[in-house]
Amino acid sequence: MMKVYMDHSATTPIHDQVLKAMIPYLNDRFGNPSSVYSLGQEARQAVEQARSQVAALINSPAGDIIFTGGGTEADNQALIGYALSNQDKGRHIIVSAVEHHAVLETAQFLAKHGFDLTIVPVDNQGTVHPDYLREAMRPDTILVSIMHGNNEVGTIQPIQELAEIAHQGGAVFHTDAVQTIGKIPVDVKSLNVDMLSLSSHKIYGPKGVGCLYVRKGIRLSSFIHGGGQERHRRAGTENVPGIVGLGCAAEIAQQEMAQESKRLHHLATKLADGILQSIPDTYLTGHPHNRIPGHVSVCFKYVEGESILLMLDHMGVMASSGSACTSGSLEPSHVLLAMGFPHEIAHGSLRLTLGKGNSEEQVNYVLETLPPIIERLRAMSPLK
Amino acid sequence: MYTSKVMDHFMNPRNVGELEQADGIGEVGNPVCGDIMHIEIKVNDNKIEDIKFKTFGCAAAIATSSMVTELVKGKTLEEAEQVTNRLVAEALDGLPPQKMHCSNLAADALHQAIQNYYRKGGANE
Repeated sequence: MMKVYMDHSATTPIHDQVLKAMIPYLNDRFGNPSSVYSLGQEARQAVEQARSQVAALINSPAGDIIFTGGGTEADNQALIGYALSNQDKGRHIIVSAVEHHAVLETAQFLAKHGFDLTIVPVDNQGTVHPDYLREAMRPDTILVSIMHGNNEVGTIQPIQELAEIAHQGGAVFHTDAVQTIGKIPVDVKSLNVDMLSLSSHKIYGPKGVGCLYVRKGIRLSSFIHGGGQERHRRAGTENVPGIVGLGCAAEIAQQEMAQESKRLHHLATKLADGILQSIPDTYLTGHPHNRIPGHVSVCFKYVEGESILLMLDHMGVMASSGSACTSGSLEPSHVLLAMGFPHEIAHGSLRLTLGKGNSEEQVNYVLETLPPIIERLRAMSPLK
Repeated sequence: MYTSKVMDHFMNPRNVGELEQADGIGEVGNPVCGDIMHIEIKVNDNKIEDIKFKTFGCAAAIATSSMVTELVKGKTLEEAEQVTNRLVAEALDGLPPQKMHCSNLAADALHQAIQNYYRKGGANE
């Protein structure tokens, strides 16, 4: 049976070259970058090289990159670190309704601890309109956090415009770019963002490492305490092999992005069109054009997401869904609900996210495999 | 996550469909929570002669529906009324804890079908 991994928004396999670059730092180059002897300094050099590689990918000065233990930590660091050290300026924070939980729940945590939170809505394609943000801005708004590309429905936000509105109102702008990095150009200068989170394992790097870009001049209190690493902004001995892996993955992503994104866009278009043509009562979710290359998200009426995933898995196809059973709660995806989908349709969501390993042959296989599964589940369903 | 019995009943569900002429019909759940179980029974001589189900929901919802139909087919109405959601889950070698409430309602649908049969005066036929 063909094995088809189409869940690259969840995680990606590690690139051969990345693994090769990491191994010495899991092996004989085990030094602590804070040590003065040459073994430590070798590790220090490797960390700084990785910092330059990541900085090059997002067009930032290397000194503005803080390595973290992943994208979630970077989001927590950005929101909590900024809010705590700037509360003298105001206590109002704005995030969008379709943020990843790493941002949404962190903002809610801050709201529980005395900050004011406004969650701005999205339209039915998942876009935060600049007007929605303009209306939410207040004189005491200190921070706006809106993601670059949505993990569930693929919609890309008009970050440049949104950041402009935040800045006009005297607030700083953070974006979670975990899903767009390596897929579309992410340039902190042209996007005009003050902080940006990214993660290594979405770009064929190792898990457990990411980084936060913090523009020079932004006041950000430390979030993890107990050492002077990362210029006192993230304590703890550096995850040297992980950081080396992220640096290497960033460099490869930068080299391959233009060509690979074009290929993924072509495959995803074929897949989405094929699904919509062959399966009735199906909706594409997210923005039809302004979306992450390789990202296909659909909802099927009358069937439930987890059942679709298990039947697909039985056929060798690995994908994901925003149904209640897969979201780990009783509610289906907060993203689909925020976009105005009724519960019963949101329960029938399927996300197929393409990446390096996917071929045209695999797309054809999914197009053959999926329609009978939906048909079978619909025949079992009392809804019509 | 799921036991092999759950997966078997999910991949090869027993008694899916509708009866030509049902003596009792039960339905529980709602589309908002993502689970609906619809059960139809045919009763003959106080026994469940035939039973069919249709379910919208996750693997646990489909497997419990399938299992309950298998457990009560051919049983008397009294025996069928003794079957609980818990017994259905046990017959499947257990369900993940988060599935015990939302997706384990098949016995409720069966009991509704039996009540529906009684209400229609079926027992006096």
